[in-house]
Amino acid sequence: MLQVKDINVYYGAIHAIKGISLEVSDGEIVALIGSNGAGKSTTLRTISGLMKPKSGSIIYDDKDITGKPAHKIVSMGLCQVPEGRRVFANMTVLENLEMGAYTRKDKDGIARDMKKVFESFPRLLERKEQLAGTLSGGEQQMLAMGRALMSKPKLLLMDEPSMGLAPLLVKEIFNIIKEINASGTTILLVEQNANMALSIADKAYVLETGRITLSGTAKELASSEAVRKAYLGG
Amino acid sequence: MDTFFGQLCQQLINGISLGSIYALIALGYTMIYGIIKLINFAHGDIYMLGAYLGFFATTALGLSFFPAIIFAMVGAALAGIIIERVAYRPMRNAPRIAILITAIGVSFFLEYTMILFVSPQPRTFPSIFAATVYNMGPLVMNSQQLVILISAIILMTVLTYIVNKTKAGKAMRAVSFDADAARLMGIDIDRVISTTFALGSALAAAGGVLVGVYYNSIDPLMGMMPGLKAFVAAVLGGIGIIPGAMIGGIILGVVEALVSGFISSTFRDAAAFAILILILLYKPTGLLGKNVREKV
Repeated sequence: MLQVKDINVYYGAIHAIKGISLEVSDGEIVALIGSNGAGKSTTLRTISGLMKPKSGSIIYDDKDITGKPAHKIVSMGLCQVPEGRRVFANMTVLENLEMGAYTRKDKDGIARDMKKVFESFPRLLERKEQLAGTLSGGEQQMLAMGRALMSKPKLLLMDEPSMGLAPLLVKEIFNIIKEINASGTTILLVEQNANMALSIADKAYVLETGRITLSGTAKELASSEAVRKAYLGG
Repeated sequence: MDTFFGQLCQQLINGISLGSIYALIALGYTMIYGIIKLINFAHGDIYMLGAYLGFFATTALGLSFFPAIIFAMVGAALAGIIIERVAYRPMRNAPRIAILITAIGVSFFLEYTMILFVSPQPRTFPSIFAATVYNMGPLVMNSQQLVILISAIILMTVLTYIVNKTKAGKAMRAVSFDADAARLMGIDIDRVISTTFALGSALAAAGGVLVGVYYNSIDPLMGMMPGLKAFVAAVLGGIGIIPGAMIGGIILGVVEALVSGFISSTFRDAAAFAILILILLYKPTGLLGKNVREKV
């Protein structure tokens, strides 16, 4: 579904991504783990089209999307839940969800998906006329996920969904990610919380200072000595 | 005492009609600032351009008021889109000061290009309305003031509807809050920015035509002072906040009218800029502005 081939990305003079390749197959949950500043978010931003790679290519759904503008990529069914949620705090919950469906024209389909989102996140339904900025961190994460789902993604990129949330909420969010995946959406997940990420992922890549240092099935990585030491607290 | 009260009400009427024109111009300032964080110093010249478009629509094309104002608004909207595309878009990632200087350059370009083509001589705006004067007891309101007020209210209502209820308007609010997040929702921000320039420029042009109707005289440099005043109005209401621009414009107009009525009309401009200084000293975020939360 997604092949990233040897991409190099720069922030000005800084070489942030040094030749990363990865692959996500249909129906999988793939985790990208690594410490702060390893280049996880940059990788996602490049796939989403917010940044352009200097070299390398990104193939999604058998189409080359390298360097395509972000808004065109979304309408192809690839959507990102950005780091720090980035909900539109000055707009209501309902309006945020409508923005998620911005590229769609099928009114009936939008209404159906809106209902589905409210079923998965009943708390959003209760607060649908409230400004998104007044929601709690967990609710904002749910809104960010719901908003992305409104674009009817085939591939969902998630950047640090657990960031800043209480452990109980993290569990809830990860359960929802599993449900989203079970209902047919492929997921590429970036996480610092390697434990949680590996517990739900099929496959994982370990990123260190712009390079992939390890990859394999989530099970293999979870039991690997190097990963345990570096990311799973021994 | 009666004459004082009468005078006060009279100045309020004058101030509100002047202020609604400031408000129309200020709206464009604030919308453009909201979306690309640019103080568009060429905005006052778009207002001048609108006045001229209205002038030619009524004189050369012989249109009446309503089609003339629409003509001016559409023309200015196109001009706004072109200016953004040609002058500002290439500077999108340049430092803020560079694009600000570009805006000043665009302002001079518009002013002196107009002087080249229409001469610096002021033109007499045809009186499209019979100058009826309505007497309400001691108060006087003329038909021009009434037209200004009604037009401004209609335009602001339409704008509020567009921004709050339409998909394009919601996209504008989304982009102005967080452009990257908006792109991740599939919003083409270039298109949203073009729409914003079109809307803002159309409102300024409407203001230009209304001023032409009110003062009967237009010239290529007429946009400088109202442009600055509208900027003050936008800052007063809280730059980037749409209802703020409306309130700021009206307040500024009323203050100016009161100062000219009760003190001296020579202090009019001083009063406007004193407001700017005071608001920057005591509430830099403007009347409706909240303390800005820094994004991390």
